[in-house]
Order: sequence, then structure tokens, then C-alpha cells
Amino acid sequence: MAAPIFEIKDLDVHFATPDGDVHAVKSLNLTVGEAECLGVVGESGSGKSQLFLATMGLLATNGRATGSVRYRGEEMLGQPQRALNRLRGSKITMIFQDPLTSLTPHMTVGAQIMESLRVHQRLPRDEAEKRVLEVLDLVRIPEGRRRMHQYPHELSGGMRQRVMIAMGMVCGPDLLIADEPTTALDVTVQAEILDIMRDLKAELKTSIVLVSHDMGVIAGMADRVAVMRGGEIVEHGPVEDIYYSPRHDYTRMLLDAMPRLDRPDADGDAVAPLDPAAATILDVEDLHVGFPVTEGWSTKTLRAVDGVSFTLREGETLGIVGESGCGKSSLARAVLKLIPNTEGAVVWLGRDLGQVASAELRKLRKDFQIVFQDPLASLDPRMTVGESIAEPLRSLKPHLTRAEVTAQVRKMMDLVGLEPVWINRYPHEFSGGQNQRVGIARAMIVEPKLVICDEAVSALDASIQAQIVDLIRELQSEFNMSLIFISHDLSVVRRIAHRVMVLYLGRVVELADRDTIYADPRHPYTKALISAVPIPDPRLERAKRRVRPTGELPSPLDTRASLIFLKSKAVDDPDAEQYRPKLIEVAPGHLVAEHDAA
Amino acid sequence: MASYALRRVLGAIPTLFIIITLAFFMMRLAPGGPFDSQRHLPPEIERNVAAAYDLDKPLYEQYFLYLDHLAHGDLGPSYKIKDFTVGQLIAAGFPVSAKLGLSAIFLALVFGIGLGVTAALYQNRMSDHAIMSVAMFGITIPNFVTAPLLTLLFGVYGLHFFGLDLSLPVAGWNGGALRNMILPVTVLALPQIAIIARLVRGSMVEVLHSNYVRTARAKGMPSHVIVTRHALRVALLPLVSYLGPAVAQLVTGSLIIEQIFQLPGIGRYFVIAAIDRDYTLVMGAMIFYAALIILFNLMADILYGVLDPRVSYNT
Repeated sequence: MAAPIFEIKDLDVHFATPDGDVHAVKSLNLTVGEAECLGVVGESGSGKSQLFLATMGLLATNGRATGSVRYRGEEMLGQPQRALNRLRGSKITMIFQDPLTSLTPHMTVGAQIMESLRVHQRLPRDEAEKRVLEVLDLVRIPEGRRRMHQYPHELSGGMRQRVMIAMGMVCGPDLLIADEPTTALDVTVQAEILDIMRDLKAELKTSIVLVSHDMGVIAGMADRVAVMRGGEIVEHGPVEDIYYSPRHDYTRMLLDAMPRLDRPDADGDAVAPLDPAAATILDVEDLHVGFPVTEGWSTKTLRAVDGVSFTLREGETLGIVGESGCGKSSLARAVLKLIPNTEGAVVWLGRDLGQVASAELRKLRKDFQIVFQDPLASLDPRMTVGESIAEPLRSLKPHLTRAEVTAQVRKMMDLVGLEPVWINRYPHEFSGGQNQRVGIARAMIVEPKLVICDEAVSALDASIQAQIVDLIRELQSEFNMSLIFISHDLSVVRRIAHRVMVLYLGRVVELADRDTIYADPRHPYTKALISAVPIPDPRLERAKRRVRPTGELPSPLDTRASLIFLKSKAVDDPDAEQYRPKLIEVAPGHLVAEHDAA
Repeated sequence: MASYALRRVLGAIPTLFIIITLAFFMMRLAPGGPFDSQRHLPPEIERNVAAAYDLDKPLYEQYFLYLDHLAHGDLGPSYKIKDFTVGQLIAAGFPVSAKLGLSAIFLALVFGIGLGVTAALYQNRMSDHAIMSVAMFGITIPNFVTAPLLTLLFGVYGLHFFGLDLSLPVAGWNGGALRNMILPVTVLALPQIAIIARLVRGSMVEVLHSNYVRTARAKGMPSHVIVTRHALRVALLPLVSYLGPAVAQLVTGSLIIEQIFQLPGIGRYFVIAAIDRDYTLVMGAMIFYAALIILFNLMADILYGVLDPRVSYNT
């Protein structure tokens, strides 16, 4: 390897916090070569983000970095801002996880990309504009001239991240540091962003540091991989060594924690079969949920859920998969009557919940509970976890005495793997995984018949994710509950669901048994979703033929949107009443929405 | 945006109506009347006076009479300030109050934003603490303390600079001469500077910790670009919300300032008319103030949308 362009030597990062000194990065050494992609992988709290923020001089004010960071031999650490600013944004650029909050809201994306050129290369306005259009094209943003004048909030998540990459690339840097660039994105969008980055590396020979918690993302991109834990690199080497002959236990653990869509069930992955005699407890018929959207003086209806039907049997788990905006959360809330449905019916144990008086509905609520995505935000920060877990008992079983409630809370905490002595702790004292256990305990304590998990494990690290999924499965068999498990992540759903339903823009595109849908997906959208999931295996991931997804999600207000896979039947008018694709039963229990042949 | 403004103005009509109604009846609930403090008059003269002002009619009839006059743009005669209508009094005094108030707001914006941004940039360091302590001081000291102090310093003792007499007049309007405005405007602006500085510091600190400012730093933008281009606009949003009611209050004058500096503004009417039970003048001042509040809040909301493209006027 030629001389590295970026060299980190004995880097320490400390944070002064009210709880004392936090040693986030510990005498760390790392190099990045010319035209090389270095993958840095680690779970949350491993210090991987702070490491690169420190190299760029972007630490929070309570952070302090010591050691050495050199770019082509030039020391960067401890340099004044003015000196750093010659490198930052021109030679070394950085892009971040959440593209919406990382872009200035009141500046057009064109202005934000252009200012780098104006400051670093002092280009005149018209030349800079030309260069911006080129770079927008490079990151595959269509209609660059129009997009330039848009604000970040007017773009989709994938487009925003492309803008971030364009900002990073516009000055032709030697090194692009990408900190979890695809974590907040849908899986098909993630696949496109990774494609763009791969091409940039191949065509422009830009070195890339890819920081991620996802072994699959790293597998497809990196030449070398560094595995971080607790501020240190525990293992470091060429990508194939790390994936095919990991030496450190932690690397092995990270790899094992990744659910694999490309492999048959590993031990414990198989889902316990359903009792064939199990009764149907929930019957959702042609459910619609609409939200009024005002455009100027006129009001249109956004169809969040647009005619969804399914049944659920006792003890069964239905996985609902879809990307952001597909209506999966609206569907969950409508099933629980947390929001009203505009049409259709939810039949619970033979009773139409739409006909049930609200006082009685409250009593029925004991039977259905929900677990939300963000465990910390979903718990009241001023209540102890014990109080949070006990709250449903207090309102739904008011006859219990205080001692009985406490006893049940303790028992439940034990069941979800929390020490009962922690009953008086507050959510901020727990990790994300522990807080999600609290959320699960809170939902399960009334022994509901139906639990909806709405992206319940999405915010967690892969290893914690696996533990929580196992926990939910155990509790399910213990209480014989039915589950609706909502996720954007196909591989997680596979570990828990009996049947899987794929949603796109509020409609079912495919519904089948778990094994069928992964082995024999029929709908192009299902295929695109499955092929977009990164496989934590460098050779397979790089050889994989990707099924191109549909590109940008169309506006759900446009009636043509629902026919994106059946364009032959679409009437070319955004307001026209459109043909509704039918669900066709291609095999017993395997429903596929009509679509044009590929 | 025009349709939004129109909808807001139309929406303000019921609000104003409720204010007028409440003010009218609350004023009448207060014991006494406009002519009580005067020398005892024979009963028939008293009756005649009441009849002249329609005060002998039932209250609800007076209310509808007042509304009828108001609908024709007539705020009625003042009961206490002879030979003047309420409209004339406001028309004469408002330019004075508005000139003082707007100058004070301008001064407060320049210094308040400047100090607030400086404090935020030096968060938790000496200059931050210094600015914030002075600002706290500025908020806690009432203007009836600062006004006499400044008068004493610059008016009575005077200020001489290289033989130049820089002393300022202690009172009087003098047709709105700059020299006469300096002291009252300063007294009005001081607490506003302090409030604005604290407000701007708070939001600026938050914005400086935001992800997009981090992005701008990662892009190698120089500090002045980060502050002016990326941070300031969002940091000013809370200030805009504050300014709506604050401007309305400042341009309608202040009794204390007008008394101390002997200025012919309208601030005194709010207090004096209420004490004197000068019903029409109280109502006039009240309606005028309410209309200004509504107007400036509307302007603040429109400005909000100009500063932040995410704000939509559709809903």
C-alpha cells in the first residue's frame, strides 16, 4: 500500500460530563489509503462517530482530543479553525446520518452545495452553478436545475442524502467520511445510496471512510474493515478476513447477530408452527384510513391505508413490511382504534369494533396493546419504570391493590429480563434495549390477546434486536398471544412472523406464508425489497444482482401512484378515479397484487 | 400569502368584537362614573349632563349606541378632556408614541441581537456571563428608576466632551427633535435590549448545537458565514414571536415615560382615562391597542414564513 493519505495516531477523545470524565476513544490508530474504502463498524456507544468528529475538529465543546491526525503528512489536530477550514469541506468532507436535520432548513439545496465552491475555490457564480449541476447529476438527482431551488424539507429522505453526498463531493475531495449515511433511510433507498457511493469511489478514486453499525452495509463497500468497541479497535484487516475468518469474539458476535435472508433458518430462527385449529380472533375488512390534506383552498384526502384486509388467528404472528409512508403505522393505529378508519371494519372476536360504544371499547383495550419504536421517547421520563409498567394495570384492572400491582410488576420485569430491584429507576438510566424491555413489559402486563409491535426493534443494535425478538417470541408462547409485527426490516420479520404482508402506499401488494414470501416472492416490489437488504458477506453482497426498485416514492395524493406496478391500466390524470389492482391467489394463502410483467 | 392575510384579518373581527363587548361592560361594572369627582351639581344639571352623553339610557341601549357609532368610525367624545373627540386625541398622541416606540425597538433589535449572538458564540465564557448578568440587571430595574438616573446624569449634571456641551434636555417633545428623544428612547429600549439579548442567546445556542451547523462547520465555512447564513435566521424565530405583542405595547406609549419626560403620547390615556371613568377614551384606547396587537401578530406570523420556508400558509 502506498503512503496513507489519512493517518490517525494514538488518538484519545475525552468528554467532561457532569458524571465525570468519559474516555470515548482510546489511543486509537488507523490509516486510510489512496482510493480505499475503510469500513468502521461498531454498535452504538462504540465511539466510532466521535472518533471521526474528533479528526475533523467537530467535537462538542466538552470534548477534548489528543494524539495526532494527519492528512498527507499535515497535522490537523489542535490547528486553529482557519487552518482546518482549508481542508474541511474541500480535501476532506463528511456526511452525516440524518440528512434532514443536517441540512440548513432555510437555504435551498443549490445554495448549500454552491457555498463550498464559492468559499474553497472562489469560483464565480455561474461556474459554480454549472459545477453544482454536474455534481447533482453525479449523485443521480434528476432535474437538477429545478432541485437546486428546492428546500431540504421539499425533498424525500433519499434525495436529501444525495444532496449531502453532492455537498461532500462538489470540491473533489480526497477523502469522504460517511457517518451512518444510510441508517435513517428505507432499505431500497439505502441500496441506491450505496450504489452511488460505490460508483463515486470507482470513478473518482475518492477514498471513503464508511462508518456503520450494519455489517451488511460494510460488506458491500469496504476494502478494509476496523471493528470498534468501547473506543478501541478490537479487530482490523482486509474485508474478507474480517467476514470469513474473524478472530475476535466480538466480530463473530456482530456477524452472528445479523439476521440472514440469504440462508436457511439457523438454530432457533424457525418460527414455532401455528396450531391448525387456532381460531380467528381478528378480522380486518377493507380498512381505509384517510387524512385531509389542504392544498391552497382545496382539500384532498391522503389515503394512508387504502383498502387492507387480513385475518389473524390466536397465537399467530403477522409481519407487516413496508417502507416509510406505506401506511403501516396508520394501519396499526386504526386496528387499535387509536385513530378512526374512514371505511371498512375491524372485527374483534366476532364484534365490529366500529359499533362498540367508547366506554366498552375502553374495557376491551385490555386485550390489545402496542409497543412503539423509540423506547426512550415512548416512556414518560418523570415516571419510574415500575410506574410505567404498572399504569395499564391501574387503569384496566382498578380492583387490584397496590401490593398486588407491585407484585405483578416485579414478576413481569423478571419475565422480560429486567432485575425487579430496578423498579424505581427512571428510563434515562437504562439502555435502549432495556427501555424496550420496559415497553414490552408495559404492554404485556395486562396479558393482552393481541400485541402490535410497531417498529419495536428498529432503533436497536443488531445484537440487542435479536435478544428482544427472542423475548417477544418467548412471551408469545407463554401467553399464547397474537402479534402484529410491523417493521421495515424484512430480515427481522422473518425471525418472528408466521405470515408476511407487504404494504406499498397503503395497499397490500403481497401476502403469504413466511417461507413462501422469502423463497418465492412474486410481486416486483417484494422482490426489490428482498434484494435490497444488504447481506453481511462481501462476496455475495458484491455479486448480488439487485432488482431495481421503483425509484422515488410517488406522491400519495396522486391517484396514479397506486398503479405504479400496473402502469398499463393507469389513466394519465393525477385526480382521476383509477383501476384498483386486485389481489390474486397464486397459491393457497399466497396473495399477489396485479402487476405488469417485468 | 395574501389570502392567508385576508383570512386572518377577517378572523380578527369576532375577536375585536368580543374585546369591545367585554371592555364596555367591565368598565361599566366599575363603581362611579365620569362626572362623579366634580363639584356637586344640582340634580337637574346632573341629569342634563347624563342625558347629553346618553348615560341615562339603559346599559344595553348605550352598548348598541356605542357599537352603532363605532361602525361609523366614531369613537365618541371624551368625557373628561373637553372639546376633544377620542379619535382626535389618539390621532394627536399616537405619532409621538409610535416614533418613540419604533426608535426604541430599532435600538433594542440592533443591540439585543448583537449582544445575544455574541453571548451565544462565547457560551459559558467570560463575555457570555458578563452580557447575561448585565441583561438580567436590565430586566429587573424598572424604568422609573433608569429614567431619573439618566436624567440626572445627562440632563442635570450634563456631559461635556472636549468643550462640547453634550447635555440633553430632561423633558418636552420639542416637535420630536432628536435631542429630546434620546433619553426616553434609551429608557424604553434598555429592558428590551436585555430581553432580546437573552432570547436570542437562548435560541442561538440551540441552533449552534444543531446538526446543520455541524454540517456547515464540516464544510469548512468560516464563522461569520455560519452565524449569518446558517444560524441567525432560525435563531431569530422566537424573537419574531416576541416582537408582535412587544411592538404593539411599545408604540402605544408608556404612562411613566410620558410623565417623567413630559411627552404628549397616548400611553397616559390607558391609565388616566380608566381612573377618571372616561368611558369613551378607555374604550378607544383599548380598541386601538387590540387592533395593533392583532396587526403586529399578523405581521410577525408573515415574517415567520419569510424566515422559515417550512412554514406553510395553507392550513
